[in-house]
Amino acid sequence: MKTETSAVDINRNIGDFSYDVTHAYDAGTGLSEKTIHYISDVKQDPDWVREFRLKALKTFLEKPMPTHWASKDLEAIDFDKIRYYLSGGTQAKRTWEEVPEDVKRTFERLGIPEQERKFLAGVEAQFDSEAVYSNIKKAVGEQGVIFVGSAEGLKEHPEIFRKWFGKVIPTGDNKFSALNSAVFSGGSFIYVPPGVKVKHPLQAYFRINAENFGQFERTLIIVDEGAELTYMEGCTAPKFNTATLHSAVVELVAMKDAKIQYITVQNWSANVFNLVTKRGLAHENAEVKWIDCNIGSRLTMKYPGVIMKGRKARGEVLSIALANDGQHQDTGAKMVHAADETTSNIISKSISIGTGRATYRGLVHVPKHLKNCKNNTECDALLINSTSRTDTYPAITVRGTGNAVQHEASVSQVSAEQIFYMQQRGLSKAQAMSLSVNGFVNDLVRQFPMEYSVELKRLIELEMEGSVG
Amino acid sequence: MKPAILDQLMTEAQAILSGPSRRSDFPKWFRDQQHGAWSKFQTMPMPNRKDQPWRFSNVDLLDLSQFKLGAPITDNDRIEILERSRALEQVAGRLVFADDQLLQRDVLSEDLQRKGVVFQPLERAMVEHTDLFRKYFMSEPATLGSAKFAALHHSWVSSGTFVFVPRGVEIEFPIEIFHWLSGENSAVFPHLLLVADELAKVTVIEHFRSQDRQLPGFACGVNDLISGPGAKITYVCAQNWGENVIALQINSTKADHDAAAKSLNLHLGGKYSRFESLSRLIGEGARSDLLAVSVSDGNQEFDARTLQDHVSPHTASDLLYKNALKGRSRNTFGGLIRVEPHAHFTDAYQKVRNLLLDDDAEANSMPGLEILADNVKCSHGATSGQIDADEMFYLRSRGITPAIAQQLIVKGFLNEVIERLEQPAIADYLRGLIDEKFSRAK
Repeated sequence: MKTETSAVDINRNIGDFSYDVTHAYDAGTGLSEKTIHYISDVKQDPDWVREFRLKALKTFLEKPMPTHWASKDLEAIDFDKIRYYLSGGTQAKRTWEEVPEDVKRTFERLGIPEQERKFLAGVEAQFDSEAVYSNIKKAVGEQGVIFVGSAEGLKEHPEIFRKWFGKVIPTGDNKFSALNSAVFSGGSFIYVPPGVKVKHPLQAYFRINAENFGQFERTLIIVDEGAELTYMEGCTAPKFNTATLHSAVVELVAMKDAKIQYITVQNWSANVFNLVTKRGLAHENAEVKWIDCNIGSRLTMKYPGVIMKGRKARGEVLSIALANDGQHQDTGAKMVHAADETTSNIISKSISIGTGRATYRGLVHVPKHLKNCKNNTECDALLINSTSRTDTYPAITVRGTGNAVQHEASVSQVSAEQIFYMQQRGLSKAQAMSLSVNGFVNDLVRQFPMEYSVELKRLIELEMEGSVG
Repeated sequence: MKPAILDQLMTEAQAILSGPSRRSDFPKWFRDQQHGAWSKFQTMPMPNRKDQPWRFSNVDLLDLSQFKLGAPITDNDRIEILERSRALEQVAGRLVFADDQLLQRDVLSEDLQRKGVVFQPLERAMVEHTDLFRKYFMSEPATLGSAKFAALHHSWVSSGTFVFVPRGVEIEFPIEIFHWLSGENSAVFPHLLLVADELAKVTVIEHFRSQDRQLPGFACGVNDLISGPGAKITYVCAQNWGENVIALQINSTKADHDAAAKSLNLHLGGKYSRFESLSRLIGEGARSDLLAVSVSDGNQEFDARTLQDHVSPHTASDLLYKNALKGRSRNTFGGLIRVEPHAHFTDAYQKVRNLLLDDDAEANSMPGLEILADNVKCSHGATSGQIDADEMFYLRSRGITPAIAQQLIVKGFLNEVIERLEQPAIADYLRGLIDEKFSRAK
């Protein structure tokens, strides 16, 4: 096992450690109006945010669990045992030197050394529920790009924030978006002014660090006319004995001719419920692209979506899911065509190891009287062990004569001949398997930014350890 | 031949929501089953669109309050129906039912009877082949959404067909069964129980028709199709109900080791027609082919739900559904390939293609996979599109009118499925029905 930490190495076991962090603010366990008032008081929310939270809480309590189609495992979540707000109570830090020493140490263990800052256009690292550390490279700020925590965004830029907040994903979209709307804290707010092409990807690291504590970050990204942005998030979480809930909401708005690329490499520990709602709104000729890689967690339910609202808008979801023993990756994509000549593409690859279960769940909707809309969906699943499981549940609605939709899925396993060939050349069975799996996802991984694709390959190798033999 | 009590019951048209059947000529054990099924029907909730098995389905159309058992068929109707009960030239046997009353039975050749082939109405099978009947009759629970309607069927079923083909017997020509809806608001509950013993071979075709294409009616059928070890069964359904009929058909097929089961469902008629097909591959080497073709127009709604359930290793299934949609019609396909744990070395395929011919037509596809085993080859595909402009241009440049060109392309599109049946006489007949639907549309 590797022990050194380099910029691209995330070692699962290193992520398993947790340092004792003292929290100045703690809303306690359970969820009630009192919890909401506590959060609003601590965060000094404006009145409209407090009202928004209270309304969302009502919606959350009214909404049933989606158990008529989703995994029954959701019922294992005990909402009364979850801590909805924890905070160190410190202001968001601007420079690395101001970050507390023990927090720095946790980042160090995660394999995010200080030097990495050079490669990042800006860093918005979320440590528990508050942005502890945020560093925006000068150049980005000079271009007029706003890159702040969501709490700061709603206070300092209400004129942009309020216009789009909760518009792409309404509070009542699903039970967990309602929950997030009630207790959200942390997350990023980004605004890119017209015509600005952000060269370096903006990046944020998330980490859950307190037992039984759900993290409810809320991200809103608005890219104005003709502008371009790539945003990356990566997550690792320490292993805890009791289940942890992560329920984020991410809203993207791409104005006319804008381009957004949102990249996630997620590696939750095996007790985390990861229930995330992600959706982008693409205006005329805009492009929203989700690159999503799900590794770890007990249950992940995540279906990044794109609403193609303007003519010639494009939506894309590229996703890789890896389900190891006892894990269920229920991921997919949602493509809603709402204008002529819109095109969408979904490519999903999943790998099931041991008793892992990978599910693709998709929705493609092409309503009436649209012309020349196109969708392409491809799902490939790879099964490693005889106890592995994979499912595919797409739902496709097409009306009218002007559109073309195709969906294809296949399930296979690593070919015995390939393994034999590699073993013959001196590779161990596990190495051969790992190589084969990396080959399976390679054409997707290549679309990731370089450091992520290397990291991802290492993560897959780590996950593959012990799956054969 | 008919008991007097039956006539009496028939005359006071019974609403189907006042079940169960009050027929007293069935064996006691069956009447007990019917009562049990009725209480099940009453306690189960009506389907809701939010239930996954009914997603996209227009469940509001399932109001059954107006439907009742049909009145006795008059002599004039009987003559007319029998005259119109012609489909295939050569058949091994024929049964004709109208409003669930048996009108005619053309028995099998003496040769087949001598070989032990049984072809008789259900109520006789209950008495004469009780063991087989009790073993297979609705032995497979309806798991694709219509459990409530399967219970309704069970509590009312009074007519149907029992076919038993003994070991090694091959029947060359198809067995033909007609089910007619005759009276206004009539309800029928057709049933087919087909048991093919080891190495037997048989083809059965069912015709569903309405005497008057405008009259409303309700059909709720259940079929049990059992293909024994090494047996080959082919089942064809030609659904051509009238325009105001609500129809539900629940089929379950079981294929034992090295057995083959092939089914083709043609859907043309009905206001709302839902078809559930469960295909279980329970023995090694079993193979199931699920084929379906539909042409919908006007406000028609077709809804197909399928499950290819691979229980044993080394089994294969292949589904091909093609739908042509016109007008404001809607089509929903919800299919699942399920490979159970230990069913390794499974080959399972599923392909659905929708051809949208008008701007208001709507196609919903939900092709699904659930794989719990290793070493499988599974794939599915779903496409929705329209007629290729080049093909249309080619035909039109040769002087063919747009309407005819469209028909030609649609027929070519659907023909791939019909040919897979590998039964030329039935294929010709099915193509004829599609032509008829096109000419009615004019």
